[in-house]
Amino acid sequence: MRLDLAAKQLFLWEFVQAIGLSMRYFFKPKPTINYPFEKNPLSPRFRGEHALRRYPNGEERCIACKLCEAICPAQAITIEAGPRRNDGTRRTTRYDIDMVKCIYCGYCQEACPVDAIVEGPNFEFATETREELYYDKARLLANGDRWEREIAQNIALDAPYR
Amino acid sequence: MTKIVVDGIEVDVPPEYTLLQACEAAGAEIPRFCFHERLSIAGNCRMCLVELKGSPKPVASCAWGVRDCRPGPNGEPPQVETRSPMVRKAREGVMEFLLINHPLDCPICDQGGECDLQDQAMAYGVDSSRFQENKRAVEDKYLGALVKTSMNRCIQCTRCVRFVTEVAGVPELGAIGRGEDMEITSYLEQALTSELQGNVVDLCPVGALTSKPYAFTARPWELSKTQSVDVMDAVGSAIRVDSRGREVLRILPRLNEDVNEEWISDKTRHVVDGLRVQRLDRPYVRENGRLRPASWAEAFKAIAARIDTTGPGRIGAIAGDLATVEEMFALKELLSGLGSANIDCRQDGAAFDPALGRGTYLFNPTIAGIEKADALVVVGADPRREAAVLNARIRKRWRMGPFAVGLIGPRVDLTYPVHYLGAGPDTLADLAAGKGDFAPILSAAERPMLLLGAGATARPDGAAVAALAAKAAVAAGAVTDEWNGFGVLHTAASRVGGLDIGFVPGQGGLDAARMAAFGTLDVLVLLGADEIEVAPETFVVYIGTHGDRGAHRADVILPGAAYTEKSGIWVNTEGRPQMGLRAAFPPGDAREDWAILRALSDVLGRKLPYDSLAALRAALFKAHPHLQRIDRITPASADDVHRLASRAGSVDAAPFAPTITDFYLTNPIARASAVMAECSALAQGSAALRAAE
Repeated sequence: MRLDLAAKQLFLWEFVQAIGLSMRYFFKPKPTINYPFEKNPLSPRFRGEHALRRYPNGEERCIACKLCEAICPAQAITIEAGPRRNDGTRRTTRYDIDMVKCIYCGYCQEACPVDAIVEGPNFEFATETREELYYDKARLLANGDRWEREIAQNIALDAPYR
Repeated sequence: MTKIVVDGIEVDVPPEYTLLQACEAAGAEIPRFCFHERLSIAGNCRMCLVELKGSPKPVASCAWGVRDCRPGPNGEPPQVETRSPMVRKAREGVMEFLLINHPLDCPICDQGGECDLQDQAMAYGVDSSRFQENKRAVEDKYLGALVKTSMNRCIQCTRCVRFVTEVAGVPELGAIGRGEDMEITSYLEQALTSELQGNVVDLCPVGALTSKPYAFTARPWELSKTQSVDVMDAVGSAIRVDSRGREVLRILPRLNEDVNEEWISDKTRHVVDGLRVQRLDRPYVRENGRLRPASWAEAFKAIAARIDTTGPGRIGAIAGDLATVEEMFALKELLSGLGSANIDCRQDGAAFDPALGRGTYLFNPTIAGIEKADALVVVGADPRREAAVLNARIRKRWRMGPFAVGLIGPRVDLTYPVHYLGAGPDTLADLAAGKGDFAPILSAAERPMLLLGAGATARPDGAAVAALAAKAAVAAGAVTDEWNGFGVLHTAASRVGGLDIGFVPGQGGLDAARMAAFGTLDVLVLLGADEIEVAPETFVVYIGTHGDRGAHRADVILPGAAYTEKSGIWVNTEGRPQMGLRAAFPPGDAREDWAILRALSDVLGRKLPYDSLAALRAALFKAHPHLQRIDRITPASADDVHRLASRAGSVDAAPFAPTITDFYLTNPIARASAVMAECSALAQGSAALRAAE
């Protein structure tokens, strides 16, 4: 048996090391955050809850081109379209996203030619029932109204890389 | 035959071919916008440029004949390059110019996904535009209830102008202005008056002309496509039914050179919305004068209670205009099981008797054969309204060269000039006797043709008129061994099928008019028959799809399937059996008609011996083998026409009446359609306008 190993055993060197490690973490700043009250920063590209946006004058952006529906790999989007009653322009009469099917890949916002459907920064939309996750057009437009400032800011931040 | 080398492949083509056709014969793909096989050559889009060895510039292959190509210095065949860098650069240049004024609004364009410009821009377009100036803006034009315009997208290929002028025969579209200011317009901003106007939507290579009723409804990639057959008239046009889920969204033509080429009438195309409304989706039973919803069992019980207490001679059945051969066959078997001979498929009273042979009621010259005929006399028909696509074929023949057309019956505009001979049977008798100006023209013709319409046969003396017409055809030399020019134009899709399977009164049976009369029958089964007024007191069982005349009169309603909701065989006016496939499902509790008859037969204790459509078809084909030759005509013998011509009968002098008063509202589906109602109102309006002028 080597002398240095015997000395380490005698003076409980591993214990000392372990206590040292513990103390180091004890005095280090904590990475755990106090979640509902504290939040981590998000990338502008974060793909969270969907929203349908409007133009600043209140006009819906969506023109019912159905490209998002076509590209959706989970087939979570359902759109029905028709001429709008007052001016005959092409609009959706129904725009549903099944958030249970959605895989948050972000293809819909990539496909959208008018930046109407976007995945906003919100990820806190857990519900008690599945039915509440079948989003319709009103819900998506309301999301857009609620999150417009953050969404617009994220798009502006990400614009140089597009 | 001329030899020509395309991309190093030598092909032998007829000298009258254009370079574009020669290139296609060699397997090269030539992009095009203005060129269309069935229209005249315009040569104005310049997309089909190819390199011709010896020519300093690329040439437009659609407007360059093979016989115009000069051979090489040593007599080598002319050489064409379709993939050289020069061709590619030329096409890219053309595409860039086309896209200068084209709004890039594909996301809101209905043509998106089936657009020629979109597809070809993928192959020849550049990714960005060098055009900094303002794009041209053109006002949208009004073209009626069916065609929606978005004239900014127009690339001035003039296919629509050529179609309405050449094929439809109503020169109501044209181009004004030149260069960048050129615009397609209907000169007076009036609705088009053609029955074939929907076809310009298919022809338009971009989204300038789109379907108004279908606007923004669906994208082509969402639709499932089903091949089927049209039942709006007796031509049996080949159609493609596009549906999404349970709903039929649109109907497009399918290519069938023998029948409709690639055109369909507006009624065929736009009747779709009629399939959704006014539908019978559950059985009804009349109680105390009111119809009340019932279950299938209740409805069958009500029928059985009535039939069990009725003698076989007091039961009858009339088949409507849209019925398939299968369900008529099943109904015939059911009625003969009950011991009744009272069946009829001729609700308009057309006097055709299958006992005289198929030749007496078929369109013997065939639709494609019209192009071989060299003189035609139309008797008591208005082919433009009764069979718009067939009329386009006659017009095509008229455009091909000398073709005399005589008309006996109501004076109508057929889109080509006619010799108006007279209004009634006496003119026909003169023609048969060789009198008048037209008889020599007809007998001098090599292949004369006689088109006999429902206006002449659907009258009490119809059988005698048909015999007279056959006599005229025989006298003109139209009925020989190699050419049978006696053609009957029916108006109902079910008619020839019904006559083929003998759905006519048997020994001692009553015909449709007598069945509908007061006091002749106790129980009458209407298989989608809506064009007949049934007298009170008769217990009416209506099997059908729409809440139309028949359903209003009915005592028991059994909801059936419309033509897009069942697989079935229809026989067109030429005698060509064609099969349509199911595109959607009937609504609610409605069932396929043959299945209803099968279930009813069980309740009545006269069970029909087939449990599936396949078994029913097997029985049908066993009884009538010619029906299993789908898409092929079993020609009828010319002797039938000779035999018909030898029959005598007294003819009433009354002039032939028009059969179709309103082209857009001829059957229950069309009457339920809002689009058809709008078209009808527009047509009435323009007719009134013309009368006022």
